Amino acid sequence: MATAAPEAPTPADHGPAGKGHRAIARTRRSRAFLSYWRTFRRNKQGMVGLIVLTFFVLLALFAPALVDESRFDLLATATEPAFQPPSASHWLGTDQFGRDVLSLLMYGSRISLLVGVVATIVTMLIGSFVGIAAGYYGRKVDTVLSALTNWFLVIPWIALAIVLASILGRSLFNIILVIAITSWAGTARLVRAQTLTVKERPYVERARALGAGDWHLVTRHILPNVFPVIFANTVLTVALSILSETTLAFLGLGDPNSISWGVMIQEAFYSGALSSGWWWWLIPPGIAIVCVTLSFTMCGYALDEVLNPKLRSR
Amino acid sequence: MTVLSLRDLRITYRTQSGDVPAVRGVDLEVAKGEVVGLAGESGCGKSTIAGSVLRLLPAGTRVEGEILLDGEDVLAMKPGRLRAVRWAGASIIFQGAMHGLNPVRRVGEQIEEAILVHGQSKEREARARVGALLEQVGLPARRIDDYPHELSGGQKQRVMIAMALSCNPSVVIADEPTTALDVMVQAQVLRLMKELQRDLGLAMIFITHDLSVLVEVADRLAIMYAGRIVEEGPAERVFHQPVHPYTGALAAAFPEVGDQRFRHKPSGLGGDPPDPQHLPTGCSFHPRCPVAFEDCPTIDPPLFDAGPARRAACLLVERSGDQTAAEVAR
Amino acid sequence: MGSQRYLLRKVLHALLTLLFVLFANFVLFRILPSDPVQLLARSQHLSAEDVAEQISSLGLDKPIPEQFVVYIRQTLTGDLGVSLRSGVAVTELIGERVGPTILLVGVATILSTLFGLWIGIRGGWRRGSAFDTSSLYSSLVLYSMPEGWLGMILLLFFAGVLGLFPAGGYSSSQTITGFAHVVDVANHMFLPCLTLTLGYIGEYAIVMRSSLIEVMNEDFVMTARAKGVRDVMVRRRHAVPNALLPTLTLVFLSFGFVLGGAIIVETVFSWPGLGQRTVTAIGQRDYPFIQGAFLLLSASVIVFNLIADILYGYLDPRVRES
Repeated sequence: MATAAPEAPTPADHGPAGKGHRAIARTRRSRAFLSYWRTFRRNKQGMVGLIVLTFFVLLALFAPALVDESRFDLLATATEPAFQPPSASHWLGTDQFGRDVLSLLMYGSRISLLVGVVATIVTMLIGSFVGIAAGYYGRKVDTVLSALTNWFLVIPWIALAIVLASILGRSLFNIILVIAITSWAGTARLVRAQTLTVKERPYVERARALGAGDWHLVTRHILPNVFPVIFANTVLTVALSILSETTLAFLGLGDPNSISWGVMIQEAFYSGALSSGWWWWLIPPGIAIVCVTLSFTMCGYALDEVLNPKLRSR
Repeated sequence: MTVLSLRDLRITYRTQSGDVPAVRGVDLEVAKGEVVGLAGESGCGKSTIAGSVLRLLPAGTRVEGEILLDGEDVLAMKPGRLRAVRWAGASIIFQGAMHGLNPVRRVGEQIEEAILVHGQSKEREARARVGALLEQVGLPARRIDDYPHELSGGQKQRVMIAMALSCNPSVVIADEPTTALDVMVQAQVLRLMKELQRDLGLAMIFITHDLSVLVEVADRLAIMYAGRIVEEGPAERVFHQPVHPYTGALAAAFPEVGDQRFRHKPSGLGGDPPDPQHLPTGCSFHPRCPVAFEDCPTIDPPLFDAGPARRAACLLVERSGDQTAAEVAR
Repeated sequence: MGSQRYLLRKVLHALLTLLFVLFANFVLFRILPSDPVQLLARSQHLSAEDVAEQISSLGLDKPIPEQFVVYIRQTLTGDLGVSLRSGVAVTELIGERVGPTILLVGVATILSTLFGLWIGIRGGWRRGSAFDTSSLYSSLVLYSMPEGWLGMILLLFFAGVLGLFPAGGYSSSQTITGFAHVVDVANHMFLPCLTLTLGYIGEYAIVMRSSLIEVMNEDFVMTARAKGVRDVMVRRRHAVPNALLPTLTLVFLSFGFVLGGAIIVETVFSWPGLGQRTVTAIGQRDYPFIQGAFLLLSASVIVFNLIADILYGYLDPRVRES
């Protein structure tokens, strides 16, 4: 027996007279949220992922407080020895400017996570909009939007990213834009498929028969039922966005003024870390990326199981 | 001569939420040439029994008791012997209209596979035999090279029947063979199955939730509820003069046109079948029973004699003989 | 017949997509930048006369529709422009570098597909076994690694610490020929190929595994078992062919990502392929080359997807009918 969200409210839910339908919906939603949380908690991988993520998010938020800016300020570190292996004063050694690698690592979490999350939000917004529009309106609108989506799906993302980044120039905003432009199509396809399924459901037909307009149908019926799929997909997409940012940084298309884990790897590589064996500079940023990406992925899979019970294992 | 004999069969599934006792002590005998109907609502355990005869249940499922096929205990068979017995000793007709057939292989090949696996013929002979089988079930032999999606629901079901007969089994278990079909097609397939069973003298277990179908096809009827048989006897008698209240309700839910009973009192049974992990105390039917009395929640009735070749698991039967319970239920 | 019409439809669709790529290529480089001329001037540090010369030779002073026609004509006749840095025809530059890329990507794709599918099948068929759990987690970890970084780690360890493989490049010497040359190239190709293979093997394994698990619950698999078919044959003849269909589609659709990975891997290992040259071109702002590379990469993916569609039509009889 699957644990489903409670259906219609029982008479006991009506509190003082005139509680209203919105309050009932709110109670139902908070109960649904609690039941989802309980199911999520049972998924071990999801919980581990969530804990690791929380750690990194806190790290990113509190980095300015934890890290002394002077440890990686270029002027301040001008006198520090460069390319130093780990030591007492520099637990992860120093980079080509004598900056403390550990501080860079901690501070780099900010940009890496920021780009990952913001790019994903933009991706999700564009993808959901296109997907719902295509699925809901159908026919000509669908044909055009689907053709557009398919085109963006076929083009290798890195080729498009390179071209766009070359033309637009290097900045944080542009990186986010480029990632969003190359990723929205995947979300759009998923959302469109889900919209089509929801559109066929009896309660949508009934609402339409009762005279509901497009706006009402989309916001009150389609959106809430497409949202679980979108949400699970979003979490998985953050993992991909972070990896994309790393790749773009490595290609030299990142923001030259910001520090991210991808930029650290790029700088290490182009400074000759490989041939000189400066492992302390190369390895930690990668491990950080793997941890964060893995956590988002495991959370995403767990969320998928919770929100889309058909896929739940027996 | 008994072809299939289930003795105190108990089957327990193992799931994430604990053990689920799907079948709780079933005894059933099928004689050569006899059709036994097994009826009940979803979840009563009838499909589980079908799967257990050839040991097709998921790994880890606990199966206890005896399943004697032509005298041999299936549960004690070694893997090699089991594979030889599968299909050649007993075969199953699944719901072909759904996904019982492999979508990417031709139907003829799939029937041939059964024949070749049991080494009953060489390739060319096997193909000819498949053609003959298809004709036997009313399909033209050229359909042998069709893919499942090129056939209608009824045609696919006929293929499943042909496949089940391909190795000349002693007993055929039909698991809801007509459930997914349109009513007209249902009638055709049923007629076909009756003919084949008679012509070939097959022993058959016919599993369904639709009692009205069984009245036409079965010689004997066994009604299942919550993993146990609650009534069994000659099909006609059980359907028209049910002794167990559940049988009465089940029969009443499938009105027969022309039968006076249904004109004045269309009926159904309220409530849901019980959760196997949380069965009611005493008689598992008592919460839904229209004639339950004070002993019912405390005593779990075994099968009592309720007339010639009839048994029913109801305290009313024990008390007042076979007819009274039926009267009370109506 | 159904299959012929299916084929025609797919080929037409591929051509249409290709046309759109050309259009996009043009738009991106001529229309998007507010001033393509400035873009050019800035990147190449040209003097005023040079700029004027470039403008006329590239036809940037003509009206846009005319530019588009010229562009289409040039592309279809194989003229992809001239590198801004070296003045060599882009087609020639691409031609020199395509070979090593095809070698690397080809071998890696074959290996990652074969092994990925095998691991996925073995894990899915015996779900929950030690093999399944360990391969699932390894796949997840590999899937979460940036390819460039994975390559660096392998290089650091196997070439740097253990000294088993060369640290990069295509071959150690120009003078070796014949079989020794093949061995030499293979030696150089081992690590980059391993990196690229590991990068995608995880994803394929995960997808194949879930596809197989889904199919295993279908009725026809139980029918096959009931018929007395051996477990191995049930898997091989019934479960896998059905599970393979959606998996193969995904594998082919990932080709675009494999190409992307190749670009990174080539850079890390100094593998003299198209990818590495593109990265150099990015740094040099050599737009004609980037444009040409974009076209070629997109065209490859489109062709690959076409092959995928055809293969799917061959494997799944239901698809041919529509």
